Amino acid sequence: MPTPVVRVDNIRKVYGRTVAVSDVSFEVQQGEIFGLIGPNGAGKTTTMECVEGLRSPDGGAIAVFGLDPVRDVYRLQDRIGVQLQEAQLQKRIKVWEAIDLWASLYSRPVDGTRLLEQLGLVEKRNAWFMTLSGGQKQRLFIALALINDPELVFLDELTTGLDPQARRAIWDLVRGIRQRGKTVFMTTHLMEEAERLCDRVAILEHGRLIEVGTPEELVRKHCPERSVVFTSDDADIAARLRAMPAVLEATSEGAMHTIRGQGDDFVTDVINAVAREGIRVRGFRTEIPTLEDVFLKLTGHRVRD
Amino acid sequence: MPSRILNGLWKLTWVEAKIFAREPMGLVGTLFMPVVVFVLLGRAFAPAKLVGPPHPPGASASALEGLPFNLAILSALVIAINAAQSLIAIMSIYREGGILKRLRATPLSPVTILGAHVVLKLAFTTISLTLLVLAGRRLFPGVIQVNVLSFGAAVLLGTLSILSLGFVLASLVPTPRFAQLIGAAAFYPMLALSGLFFPFDRLPLAFRTIAFVLPTTHAVALLQGVWDSSGWMAHWVNAAMLLALFGAYSALSTKVFRWE
Repeated sequence: MPTPVVRVDNIRKVYGRTVAVSDVSFEVQQGEIFGLIGPNGAGKTTTMECVEGLRSPDGGAIAVFGLDPVRDVYRLQDRIGVQLQEAQLQKRIKVWEAIDLWASLYSRPVDGTRLLEQLGLVEKRNAWFMTLSGGQKQRLFIALALINDPELVFLDELTTGLDPQARRAIWDLVRGIRQRGKTVFMTTHLMEEAERLCDRVAILEHGRLIEVGTPEELVRKHCPERSVVFTSDDADIAARLRAMPAVLEATSEGAMHTIRGQGDDFVTDVINAVAREGIRVRGFRTEIPTLEDVFLKLTGHRVRD
Repeated sequence: MPSRILNGLWKLTWVEAKIFAREPMGLVGTLFMPVVVFVLLGRAFAPAKLVGPPHPPGASASALEGLPFNLAILSALVIAINAAQSLIAIMSIYREGGILKRLRATPLSPVTILGAHVVLKLAFTTISLTLLVLAGRRLFPGVIQVNVLSFGAAVLLGTLSILSLGFVLASLVPTPRFAQLIGAAAFYPMLALSGLFFPFDRLPLAFRTIAFVLPTTHAVALLQGVWDSSGWMAHWVNAAMLLALFGAYSALSTKVFRWE
C-alpha cells in the first residue's frame, strides 16, 4: 500500500458550541480524484481547510505528504494548490496581473501564458476580474491553484452557481489535472458531479463521516435495487415477469409497467425473460440508483441544491 | 526567503496601486479632495491673504490668520484620515469578498498582505501632501514658510500611526456598508479632541486622557511644533508616542484582525 498523500485521523473542529467536524478520518491516495460530499453545512469546507492548513483542528491529526499542514505550511506551499469556495479577487485586477502576482510567490512557477491557454483564458488576459463570467472566474481560480505546478490540488465547490455547460467544461479540466498525474481533493454538494468525476468519495453529514468508497461500490452496497420500466399494451406483463427469481416487485399503471429487483444481472435477466415470453414493448428504460439515492438511504433525506 | 518576501510586497503593492488607480472616484477623492477643501476654506476665511503682501520673512507664520485654527495642519490630518478611511473600506470589501482569505492562502505573509496597503497609503499621502504644498505656495504666497520636508515627515509618521488604528477599526466593521460610518464616527471626534480646534489644556481631564492614546492628538502637536519651527526635539514625546501607538495598535490588530 503506497503512502497516502493525505491522511486525516479523527479530526474534530468546534466553533463555539457548534461541532463542525467530529471524528473524521480518511485517506487520499496519489493520483486519484477524491471527493468530500454532503449537503451545505455538513463540514466539508471546514475539513478541507484543516487539511489545507488554513484552520487548526481542535483534535486529531492531519498529514499531507507526511507533513503537518499548519506547522509545516511553508514547506507545503510549493506542493499544494488551493481554490477556495466563494473566494473573489480584487474587482479591477486584470487576469494576467493575478497570474503574474501568484507566479512571483512560488519558487518554480509554470508558464502563465501556457496555463491561460490551457484554461481558455488567453483572450481574457487583459480583462478585469469583475468582468469575467462565473465559469471564467472559476477557470482563473483553477489557474491560480495550478501556477506552482502542485502535486495536490484542492477544489472547494468548484462548480457551484455555474450553468450546466460551464460545469461540464470545468469537469473536463479537473479530469485533465488528474491525467497530468496530480492528486485532486475536492468537495461538492452535487451528487451528479461526484459520481461523474470522483474516483472515491467520502460522505459527510452533520460533521460526521458516514461512508467512504468508490461511487459504484457505495451504490452496489447500499442501493443494490434497480428497476426496469416498460411501456407495453400487454396488460399482464407484470404478472408474467413477477415469477422471475430476482424480482422484488412488479407493478402496472396503465401502459407503464415497473419491475423492481436487485443484483448486477437483473437487467439482463429481465431482457431475456421479455424475449422468451415474446412480450411486445414500445418503450424500455432502466432506473439505476445513484449516489443521490445512497445519500437518501443513509441519511433519510435528500441533498438539497 | 527575504528576497521572495520583498518581491511579494513589491508586486502586491504595485498591483494594488494599479487597481486603486482604476477607480476614478476613489483616486480623485484621495488625491484632490483635501487640496480642494484647503483651497476653498482658505479662500472663504482669509481672502485678504490672497491679495495682501507676503509675510515678512521670519515673522510668526501661523498661517491664514483669518481662521481660528491652522488650516494646513487640518488639511494634512484630513489626508491622513482619508487614507485610514479608505483602508477600512478596502479591508471590509476584501474581507467580505473573500479576497483577504484568498491572499492568505498563498505564500504571502499576513504582514505583507496588509503592509502593501500601508505602503500604498503612505505613497498617496505623499502625493496628496505635495499637491497641498504646491496649492498653498501658489494661492497663499509667503504664508507657508514651514520646512516642507520636516512637515511631510511628521505627516507620514502621523499617518502611519493613524493607519495602524485603522486596522483595529477595520476588524470592528461588520460589512462594507458600515465602513464609512464607523470610520467617520471614530475619526471625527478624534479630530475634535486633537487640540487643533481648542487648546488641549482646556479639555476636561477624561477627554485629555482619551486624547493621549489617540494618534491624532500627537500628530497635531508634532505638526504644530514643526509649523512653529520649535521642531522635532521640542516635541519628541509626541513623535515617540506616535511610534508607540503604532506599535501598540499594530500588536492589537494582529490579535483582533479578522481575515474572513
